[in-house]
Amino acid sequence: MAIFIRPLGRWVLNWVQEAGAMLLFLLQGLALAFVPPFRPRRLLQEINLIGVKSTLIVLLTAAFTGMVLALQGYYTLRKYGSEGALGSAVALSLIREMGPVLTALMVSARAGSAVTAEIGIMRITEQLDALDTMAVNPMQYVVMPKLLAGLIAVPLLTAIFDVVGILGGYLVGVVLLGVSSGAYFSGMVQSVVPLDINGGIVKSLVFGLTIIMVASFKGYYTEHGAEGVSRATNQTVVLSAVLVLAWDYILTSFFM
Amino acid sequence: MIKIIDLHKSFNGQAVLDGINLEMPTGKITVVIGKSGVGKSVLLKHIIGLLKPDRGQVLIDGVDVTQLKGRKLQEMRRRFAVLFQGGALFDSLNVFENVAFPLREKTRLPEAEITRRVHERLEQMNLSPEVANKFPDELSGGMKKRVALARAMIQEPEIILFDEPVTGLDPPMSNTVFHLINKTHDASGYTALVVAHDLPEVFQVADYVAMLHRGRIIAYGTPEEIQRHQDPKVQSFIKGEVDFLED
Ligand SMILES: Nc1ncnc2c1ncn2[C@@H]1O[C@H](COP(=O)(O)OP(=O)(O)OP(=O)(O)O)[C@@H](O)[C@H]1O
Ligand SMILES: [Mg+2]
Repeated sequence: MAIFIRPLGRWVLNWVQEAGAMLLFLLQGLALAFVPPFRPRRLLQEINLIGVKSTLIVLLTAAFTGMVLALQGYYTLRKYGSEGALGSAVALSLIREMGPVLTALMVSARAGSAVTAEIGIMRITEQLDALDTMAVNPMQYVVMPKLLAGLIAVPLLTAIFDVVGILGGYLVGVVLLGVSSGAYFSGMVQSVVPLDINGGIVKSLVFGLTIIMVASFKGYYTEHGAEGVSRATNQTVVLSAVLVLAWDYILTSFFM
Repeated sequence: MIKIIDLHKSFNGQAVLDGINLEMPTGKITVVIGKSGVGKSVLLKHIIGLLKPDRGQVLIDGVDVTQLKGRKLQEMRRRFAVLFQGGALFDSLNVFENVAFPLREKTRLPEAEITRRVHERLEQMNLSPEVANKFPDELSGGMKKRVALARAMIQEPEIILFDEPVTGLDPPMSNTVFHLINKTHDASGYTALVVAHDLPEVFQVADYVAMLHRGRIIAYGTPEEIQRHQDPKVQSFIKGEVDFLED
């Protein structure tokens, strides 16, 4: 029995330790946002890297997600003769669930891995040490603007995702399958309540911070050269996806 | 003066520094020589507090760097510049921005003055003006080294630590770099530590030479003294003899 329990215990302990370290890392990074010097240009650069450059993939994913949701929704709702509810079904799925989660997963695959690789390379080529020796805090110069960019960009991308998804659903539901356009939108307006929207925003904020926290942390503590960077990049994608889905469950149960 | 007292450091149970004692007099150039992997870069990183020793002290004008943290450490570091072994140029910035970085971050000089100083340094390093707009991944190894040198010297700090300033450069260029180190040193009189294994060229910049071997300083003196040193380990290293017996 002990043979199984001991490694399990060690695994859990390691995990808790790493989670704690990551949380401290996050808090330290965010606190540095309030300490001069302020570098607005760095923030803009990161919003560009993390946000703007993820727009295309978010647009594509959103359009197809909305289209699939309409297709599946139509198929299910028709069985009950309530195709009119398609608009609200698509909108609620997107705003409450698919928008925040899929945006987060896309940003983590595209930008999260890039953040880990960038910071990891800075670590192994001593660029972070060089900042330190120039009396520039690498946490503040490199990591903090990325965290803020995640916090700003992911909710905005989520909003884009929701809108584009709804239009994708419109294309399939109304244009292709013949649901009435009025029903599609009026159902939506009646059924989506502020709680749904707020829940979506809170999710996207939490996801954005989580993704960039994991990505920066893994990059910052990279060891063992180039191989270490590729391992860290891998871990970032896996861990941030798991954390996003776990958070999603917790937050959903909270916003029911 | 920089004074290293009984410095110990191990990685994973392997002692790299095993009781280092060394003094670097103010305004002089001290050269640390030793085989690859002997711990020269590790020693250098202890002097600016990037690594913490297991035991021992690094005193700079009497203040122990190993005990400094936060703001105090930052203030101490402002007196330094470091040339890292790989250059450590910022990938996301071009050459101009790299060299200007310390000035932009740590001074309030007007942009025109920064531009002037950066171009002056680049020219001093025999880098043509077009190089200023290139990114580090577009440069040859030797160019990177010279850009990194320009960045290290731009703030005219009190103390400069050079980790292998000429490794990877062709002989005329390494002589140029050593000449530059001498020239800038004569002009501003900084205290320098040069880590190198380029012999005997490095003797031309050295006021003092220390040899690191198996975690300890086994020889110390002026270049002439080192060249006449009795210890066969020192002699065989200086002469570049192949040693099959050593690990
Ligand atoms: N962060 C670290 N973690 C573990 N071991 C390290 C670390 N840094 C250095 N070492 C080990 O310490 C030893 C000395 O390394 P160091 O880089 O100081 O050598 P060096 O004398 O500068 O060599 P070179 O001339 O090739 O640059 C090596 O065996 C290296 O593996
Ligand atoms: Mg070295």
